[in-house]
Amino acid sequence: MRERERPPAKPLVRDGLRSHHGRVHAVSAARRIVSHPPVAGSPEPVQEYEREPVPESAWLGFRSFVGQYAGEHTAGTELMIGPLFVAAGVSAVDLVVGLIVGNLLAVLSWLFLTAPIATRARLTLYYQLEKICGRTLVTVYNLANGVMFCFLAGAMVTVNATAAGVWFQFRMPGLNDLYPNSLGWVISVLLMGALITIVAAYGYKFVARVANIAAPWMVLVFIAFGVVGLREIGIDSLSGLWAQAQTLIWKGGAPLPGQVKFTVWHVLFFAWFCNMAMHIGMADLSVFRYARKSWYAVATAAGMYLGHFIAWLAASVLYALQLHRDPANTAVLPGPMAYAACGAAGLVCVIVAGWTTANPTIYRAGLAFQAIVPSSSRYRVTLVTGAIATLAGLFPAIAMKLLGFVALYGLVLMPMGAVVFVDFWMSERLGFRRDYAEAAGTTVNWAAGLTWLLTLAACLAIVNADGIQIFFVGLPGWFVAATLYVVLSRLLQRKAAA
Amino acid sequence: MKTLARTISGLALAGTILPPLLYFADRLDLSQVRLWMLVATVAWFAATPWWMDRGRS
Repeated sequence: MRERERPPAKPLVRDGLRSHHGRVHAVSAARRIVSHPPVAGSPEPVQEYEREPVPESAWLGFRSFVGQYAGEHTAGTELMIGPLFVAAGVSAVDLVVGLIVGNLLAVLSWLFLTAPIATRARLTLYYQLEKICGRTLVTVYNLANGVMFCFLAGAMVTVNATAAGVWFQFRMPGLNDLYPNSLGWVISVLLMGALITIVAAYGYKFVARVANIAAPWMVLVFIAFGVVGLREIGIDSLSGLWAQAQTLIWKGGAPLPGQVKFTVWHVLFFAWFCNMAMHIGMADLSVFRYARKSWYAVATAAGMYLGHFIAWLAASVLYALQLHRDPANTAVLPGPMAYAACGAAGLVCVIVAGWTTANPTIYRAGLAFQAIVPSSSRYRVTLVTGAIATLAGLFPAIAMKLLGFVALYGLVLMPMGAVVFVDFWMSERLGFRRDYAEAAGTTVNWAAGLTWLLTLAACLAIVNADGIQIFFVGLPGWFVAATLYVVLSRLLQRKAAA
Repeated sequence: MKTLARTISGLALAGTILPPLLYFADRLDLSQVRLWMLVATVAWFAATPWWMDRGRS
């Protein structure tokens, strides 16, 4: 998930959301929803077609999307996600098959669900939602977004603090630690968080540029992690790679204590839905509204197979190496792991990856919150948001449970994607009015609001009651949301007309 | 100037990925890999801002 504005030719404008890494999405939801004047130091106003379809003259070519997605999906979060697969006791076959199929399904979701609507309507998600749901409901959606961003940024502050631990040798949290466990850790997180927050408030553009510049180098450093890790673990030839990977790296068997056992299904659904908010949640409508053709969504494969395949595998090799050297050392600490493999360059990679992911995430969260109180200073809101993210970063539980958090993040935003899909393709055929909030002049379309709440309640109830993993409820949840929206829209619109 | 910077950036990318590959092939030891990767990192961040993304700073 970082706010890398890395489009090669022209900025791809996004609003508010980014992948599970919290990346990119150069234009905030808040700016789309609430028209507030640009503040000194904020990104300069550019024509972003916030409330109008993107004109043909602004459409972008295929290569823009390849670069964008390839860069976005190699981020600080990858350094946490890869190791957690190993901690979950996944086998080599399950991991590779699950990632190949899951990433393919993610690409197909962008291709067949998101992009066709994006290239027909050519509106941002937020404007489209506003037409369907009403301004007040979209603001609530934005708030949910902002809260999730805060926690995600907190996890990245945690990642950065692990890099400081290499130099200052303070005690760092273990895999199952929920709370900070040393004064050094607290100080490190507070300093890293303060630094990231101040830069998010005052130097956003600088970090965005660093992120763009670092991207190609960072992809190669991730690959270097994997290559060095393989050699260090005892694999020295390509011919023996697969056989040794099954016995030395992804061994299968029981997960580490406190972790959920991952099968091929866990990996597949995680890979498919870790960006659920972006594809079936429709956040990337804001990206693909610039695409000349809807098939350009195949460009997402660059991000999926570079970041969510190679980078995850490489990061998991680093963790397997750590376990290989000391089976008792189960802590997922990207700083020490990267340093052990690639020295100072690895450490720089961790810091840059965490920083360039956290910085824009805090910035976006601040903008999302500002939509609630538009008169507040953006700087002050960003500083307060950063403080919340920093406090969240003190608690290693968020980073150590990142797989579950990412799944929750997608789940929270997914029902609105189902609402957009049904409203766009099926409303008239199923006998209810499209863009109802706009047509009725209401600020809350209760059909959409109730769909959102009831779907989330149903999904979370299943997770809590039946012990079904959160990775598996997104798919049935989408159908529940779609059905609820149809039924509730017909009922409420009929009642309103009567 | 831009051409020189681009060339250095290209060499820096090579310097980032080649040492680990040579280490895998047993042609380099790990301390050399780390050194070369650090040199490549410094070169990349020193040269690349001169040509990449300049209009958007």
